[in-house]
Amino acid sequence: MATPLSLRVFEAEARVYRRTWRGSVISSFLNPILYLAAMGVGLGSLVDENLPAGVEGISYLTFLAPGLLVATAMQAGAGEGAWKVMAGIKWQKTYHAKLATPIGIPSLVMGHMLWAGARVLMVSVIFAVIMSAFQVAPLFQSLLAVGPALLVGIAMVAATTAFTARLEEPTGLPLYFRFVIIPMFLFSGAFFPITQLPGWLQPIAFATPMFHGVELSRAIVVGTEPSVTWWVSVAYLSAWIVVGTALTVGPFRERLTP
Amino acid sequence: MTPLIQATGLTKRFGEFTAVDDIDFSVEQGESFGFLGPNGAGKTSTMRMIGAVSPITEGSLSVLGLDPTQQGPQLRSRLGVVPQEDNLDQELTVYDNLMMYGRYFDLSRAVVRERIDELLEFVQLTEKRKSKVDSLSGGMKRRLTIARGLINEPDLLILDEPTTGLDPQARHVLWDRLYRLKQQGVTLIITTHYMDEAEQLCDRLVVMDKAKIVAEGSPRSLIEEYAPREVVEVRFPSGVLEDIPDRVKELAPRTEILADRALLYTDDAESTIAGIAGSGLEPETILARRSSLEDVFLRLTGRSLVE
Repeated sequence: MATPLSLRVFEAEARVYRRTWRGSVISSFLNPILYLAAMGVGLGSLVDENLPAGVEGISYLTFLAPGLLVATAMQAGAGEGAWKVMAGIKWQKTYHAKLATPIGIPSLVMGHMLWAGARVLMVSVIFAVIMSAFQVAPLFQSLLAVGPALLVGIAMVAATTAFTARLEEPTGLPLYFRFVIIPMFLFSGAFFPITQLPGWLQPIAFATPMFHGVELSRAIVVGTEPSVTWWVSVAYLSAWIVVGTALTVGPFRERLTP
Repeated sequence: MTPLIQATGLTKRFGEFTAVDDIDFSVEQGESFGFLGPNGAGKTSTMRMIGAVSPITEGSLSVLGLDPTQQGPQLRSRLGVVPQEDNLDQELTVYDNLMMYGRYFDLSRAVVRERIDELLEFVQLTEKRKSKVDSLSGGMKRRLTIARGLINEPDLLILDEPTTGLDPQARHVLWDRLYRLKQQGVTLIITTHYMDEAEQLCDRLVVMDKAKIVAEGSPRSLIEEYAPREVVEVRFPSGVLEDIPDRVKELAPRTEILADRALLYTDDAESTIAGIAGSGLEPETILARRSSLEDVFLRLTGRSLVE
């Protein structure tokens, strides 16, 4: 999988990231704190008052946190596959520059996936640490939930990159975030169970990669029974990664080495 | 000795469109070889095939004895490429751009570091080492791209329109650097639509037009073959030339009538100018010059190179 040259692509991405890491790490800390405080603690106190039995038997903060971990990874993954890929193909043509060296399309795609995966991992680990600071679960258990978050994040990197690779103009990206990513963020079981959705929407929420990650993460952190057998969800998310990556190679080849 | 590049019947098609149509050429070790032609002639497509980033459609191509289609990574590891559009990483420093690029060739950091020092010296960017690429001028970016193309000590440097868009001063600095590389024995492949660039840099060149090679030779031999020794450029006030093409054509054995001026090809400019004076025509300006590759191109295609 990780060819030596894909590691060189990874290294280059890390070199670019080194320039902006401070701002990026600060927001990776700040976002979960703000969300968990506002939604989990603030809104959660109202929810808990009105639902003495809790959401699915637990406090709202405990219900929300593992789901939000996965939602955050999902969004981070989509982000890694969007504007940066557009810049590589079209704006800065840095992908063209890489391909003039021994690096080929497979190493380029693999290196991109590896780095994006590393970014999702960073964001998820930070979230898990903060989640345990909010006393949702012990640190070890929180860190275990990074597993499904990472799978969802990489699935979204793959799917989003495959999408971006097909875009001639960047105008598709804001639309993608507005009509795919934000709805997925809100309605895939992180903030409330998908059984609350209108019947016709439930299958759509069920089909999202995020839903499967949320179920797994909540099972790890809270001990709830996931609605899908765990290995089926893992296989489903892995399929997103494999298919998304495969769908990236074609348009990359067509556009970068015509 | 086998040539460094050997192309036979080389063809590139994009769907219905033929970008390169059945061309043959070869480039020898240490040569500086040019592709001269207007935009859209197929120069860049040819470069991309040589650079193993674009599969050939038909024909055969061997570069450094390798097959670009089958041995792309091996071949690219021995090439330096300076693309038409700068594709440096704008947000990184000069140093980081070079380090990053060197690492793509799997060179150790220590080796790349050493080469960066030498190359920055060579392209006169040592003081800009820590500057962000964003802040460099067009000419500096070009020079940095050339340094980047040399980081793997390539056997062949491919330059696609190296000075397009640069001001005259920056062009001369760049030509000077390329000339030095040539002196050092680096094999250069250059595409350009500037005849002066081709005359300055190329030992041998092919003229491309509409996907085909229309002529081949050294700049001097092409001029000797396709254009008389001298050209008299006669400029008329706008509109006048349209009415008198036949009278102008009588002034020299071969003439080209362009929008605002006429080119008279002659072996003796003085007597041609005397002829104009005796003809009763009243041109705005008359200029005699030596013929150039531009004239060769005009002769071969009926159009000028840069429009």
